Order: sequence, then C-alpha cells, then structure tokens
Amino acid sequence: MIPLSFTDRPTFTFPPTGWSTQWYANFFSDPSWMAALQASIQVGVLVAIVATVCGTAAALALSRTRFFGQQGLRALLLAPMLVPVIVIAIGLYALFLRLNLLGTTFGFVVAHSVLALPFVIIPVMASLQGFDRRLEDAAAICGAGRWTTFRTVTLPLVAPGVLSGAVFAFATSFDEVVLSLFIQSPYLQTLPVRMYSSVTRDTDPTIAAAATLILALTTVVTVLASLYATRRRNAG
Amino acid sequence: MPDDRSPQGASITMRNLTKRYGDFTAVDSIDLEARPGEFLTLLGPSGSGKTTTLNMIAGFADVTSGDLLIDGRAVTNLPPYKRNIGMVFQHYALFPHMTVAQNVEYPLRQRKIPGAERRTLVEQALEMVGLGHLGRRRPKELSGGQQQRVALARAMVYSPRVLLMDEPLGALDKKLRDSLQLEIKRIHADLGTTFVYVTHDQDEALILSDRIAVFNNARIEQIGSPTELYEYPNTLFVAQFLGESSLFHGVSEGGREADSNGHHLCAVRGPEHARGAGIAVVVRPERIRIEPDGPPPGSVNAVPGTVVQHIYLGNSRKVEVRLDDGTVVLVRESAGAISSASVDDRIWLTFHPDDAAILASGDSQPAAPKQAATASL
Repeated sequence: MIPLSFTDRPTFTFPPTGWSTQWYANFFSDPSWMAALQASIQVGVLVAIVATVCGTAAALALSRTRFFGQQGLRALLLAPMLVPVIVIAIGLYALFLRLNLLGTTFGFVVAHSVLALPFVIIPVMASLQGFDRRLEDAAAICGAGRWTTFRTVTLPLVAPGVLSGAVFAFATSFDEVVLSLFIQSPYLQTLPVRMYSSVTRDTDPTIAAAATLILALTTVVTVLASLYATRRRNAG
Repeated sequence: MPDDRSPQGASITMRNLTKRYGDFTAVDSIDLEARPGEFLTLLGPSGSGKTTTLNMIAGFADVTSGDLLIDGRAVTNLPPYKRNIGMVFQHYALFPHMTVAQNVEYPLRQRKIPGAERRTLVEQALEMVGLGHLGRRRPKELSGGQQQRVALARAMVYSPRVLLMDEPLGALDKKLRDSLQLEIKRIHADLGTTFVYVTHDQDEALILSDRIAVFNNARIEQIGSPTELYEYPNTLFVAQFLGESSLFHGVSEGGREADSNGHHLCAVRGPEHARGAGIAVVVRPERIRIEPDGPPPGSVNAVPGTVVQHIYLGNSRKVEVRLDDGTVVLVRESAGAISSASVDDRIWLTFHPDDAAILASGDSQPAAPKQAATASL
C-alpha cells in the first residue's frame, strides 16, 4: 500500500515503475478528501472526549459501587464489542432516521462513542483495580473533598488507563467503516467512508495515499501515547 | 513546631458506640474517652474492633448507633475531610505521584494556606521527623521507615488536635520500630496533640501509652495505664494479652481465697468471688520463686510441680514447670537469683499474695484444664 501511494502511474501497478508524490498532492488538493479527513479528525477527537468521560464515569460506577442491575449494565456497556457492527448499524440507522441525525456530526459522535465505550471502560477498570483506595482515605483525612480527591489523587494515578482508553476511542472512531456507511450523508463523510466510495468509483491511487495517511496518523497517536505512559510510569 | 502554633489536643468521647456490618457486630456499644493531649492506645487481637473504632473516629466507617464527640461536639455526620484530624496509615498511604514535599504540603493546600507559609510549615514538619533533606524525592525512593516518617509529617503539618495512628509500625522491622517508637513518643510530648494509636503489639502499647484500652470480641475488657493493666488485670484476657502470666486454676473458697488441686491459695488483687466459682490465680512469671528444697516456713502460697524445661536468656532464665493438674506455668528467674532446679526435678513454686490476682476463669477456661496452654511465650 505504501509503495503504491508513491507510484507515478494512475493505476495500481505493482511494483511501481516510477515514483512521485502526485497522489498525495491530489489528496490534499481535492476538497472532498480534505473534508473527509477534517470530518474524521473532528469526529475522532470528539468521540475520544465523550467516550473517555462517559467510560471513566461508568468504570468508576461499575468497580466502586454495588447496585441492582450492575451485572446487566456492565454487559450492556461492553456489548458493542461482541455484537456484530452491522446489527448496531441497522438499529442506529432506523433510530437516526427518525431523529433526523443522519449525516450530522452529533450523530457520528454518538454512534462512534457507543462503539468506543468498551475500549475505555476496560483499561480504566483495570487501572482502578490496581489503585490503593487507602490513598483516597488519606486525601480525605487531609481535608480534600470528594471531587478534589478524585481530581488530585485518583485521576492522576489511573491516568495511564484513561489515556489508553482515549487513544483506543479515537482509533475506533477513525477506523470505523460499517456503521459510518449507514449514517453518512453526501455532506458529511468520514475518511474511511470516502475511501470506500473511492474504491467503488475511482480507480486512481489517491486511496493508497489516504490509507497510508490513516496508517501514519494512528501509528503516531499510539506511539506518542505509549511513550507518554512509559515516561509517567518511570517518573511515578 | 513552635509552641504558639500547637493547639491543645482535643478530647474524644465515645458513648455506646456500635458498628454493625449486617449481622456481624464489629464494635459492641463501647464507652471510651480520650482526654485532651493523651496518648491512648487501642490494643487487641485482630478482629477485636480496635481498627473499626479508629475508622469511626476518622469518619471512614459510619456509626451504627451511639455517640461520637470530639471536644464535646457530635461528629457522627461529619465527613472525614471536615473533621480536622490527622492520620497515619499502616501502609503509609503516601501519594506516589507527588514528591515528599508535595505530600506534606497536600493538607495545607486543602486549607488554602498561602505559599510562603506552606513552605515554612512543610520544612518544619520534615525537620521534625529528620527528613529535611529529602523533600524532592518520590516516596518510592525512600525506605519503609522514611516513608512512615513522611506520613507522620503529613499528618501533623496542619497541627490537627487529634492524631490517629493505625498500626503505623506494623510493616517495619524490629530495630526500626524501636527507634520510631521513641520518635513518636517525643513528637507526642512536643505537640500536645491527642494521639489515638491502634496496635496488636503489647510491648508497643506499654512503651508508648498514657492509657490503654484492651479490646476483645468487639468490647473493651479494661482501660487503664500500662502499670494498672499489667499489675492489676481485671480479666484473664487482659492478664494473658499483656505480658506473660502464669495461671493456677482452681475453685473459689470465697473472697480472694481459692483451692487449687488441694493447695490453698490467697491473692490480694482482683475482684472477690463467690464460693465454688471457677477461678484462676494469676501471677507474673518474674514474681514466682522456685524452691528446690520445699517451701520455706511461712510461705502463704506454695504449689508443687516438675521442671519441664529451662531456657537460659543471659539476663534471666525461663523455667517451665508442670503442675499436678497438667498445667504448665512459666517462671522467670533474674540473673542474680537462678535456682539449681533442672529438668525433671520435683520442686515447689511460691509467690506472695501481693503479687497474685484472682480472676474469673470464664467460659473459655474450664476450672482445671488437663492441657497445658497458659503461658504465652
């Protein structure tokens, strides 16, 4: 894929006979590709925020409290990992159609967040399991209220779990195709959706350039996050 | 810390204080008062309710019923962060993501004390525990003893009027424990704060405390100064839990006199008992004499036995003697007064009534057990 994106021919000849960056130029000059990239990043960042906040709160509730229906809620929140995406996609399509959410940023964020939630809940719950609750008692006796305790003690110590949850959430949204195909509109397409339509319509290697860019972006985000996590662990 | 900053310690009053977890009663309607500035130790085996009591004072455990007052003010419904209490935890509970200085500064930040004053107070507190030079380290770079000193500094930096300690030395080795005990005692004297200290280590309790409350089965067996508890135990449990005790089982003959396997025994301490009640005469091992040639004339309390084994300890000798009812009692002879008795010798044990306490043997202690399980080594 990467060598193909640098080919000088307008076809998928492999191995490439000559090199050029024209397909990258094409990618960055085509307004529909740029709009898709921008939409993907925007949705991805929003999903990372929404899913991380909701997922962290859910993880706290699931691991810290005991209430009726807890097992059920846990199963429900983790279900998107097991249920085939196509099933969720059809359900959401019907729902969004009725609510007029098809092709809206809000709709994309909600839909992708549902898929991303398990990827936040699982690492955050794992971090909470290794967290010594006596530290919260210590903060309380030092005079810190519940929110201050969470902000100054709990959150910094489970940050690696929260951070990896955020990265997974972004990646889930950024890579998502099936669900996005259902809820897209001509006015709002994410990059994978634009790629899909490119595969079915166009035949030039711009798609190879797009794929390489997606690969590069997700790799960079993941590597940066794991570098950050390692540094924190060494420091803390 | 300079005197003008250190407030007098607060009083803590517990009335009928009870904590239940479902059907399990962890603390059963205890009455206890910590006087202002006092070093009060809650001593007892694990599961006796001492830690639960401490957690109720701190506010980590809800009170099921009864009253809990600090300086006469009910705190039952006050969350921990509003009680203005300091606490040192067994496993330090230092914040691993902060430096030593940041840990000590944490309670001052919560109290919105200005930066310059904060730095001075942190410095003073770290000086007080001898760690002035380690402020920039992380907790995990310190030894266990140093970490516990940091925890102590964090607990006292804001001059709370009550300082709680939950087995703070439990995770440290013996030598470190000894030196930290002295340090805690010195800090208590310097601060004038009320200390409530939980431990299961009787030696620690005896060394540190002004008064000790002995817990057993969710209740308090006895409250008193170390001397009172050691010399005048009210119950068999207290006698056996605090220091070593030798027990002579028997039956009361009324008052403080008893019959133990046909030998008349007489004690000065302990409550009076009705005739026929199952009792044990309790004597500290160092108060018993071994008489290889029979009891000297005029001995009030004399019981025969056979030497089972003896252990030489340098400054003393420990001798185990089997009585005729099978009970093994312990005798401790100090270096200047070691008798000639050796294994299998038939000897007599004598002790003065002043050194003996007569105590109810209770349900768990049959009047004359055949097994030997009295001396706690």
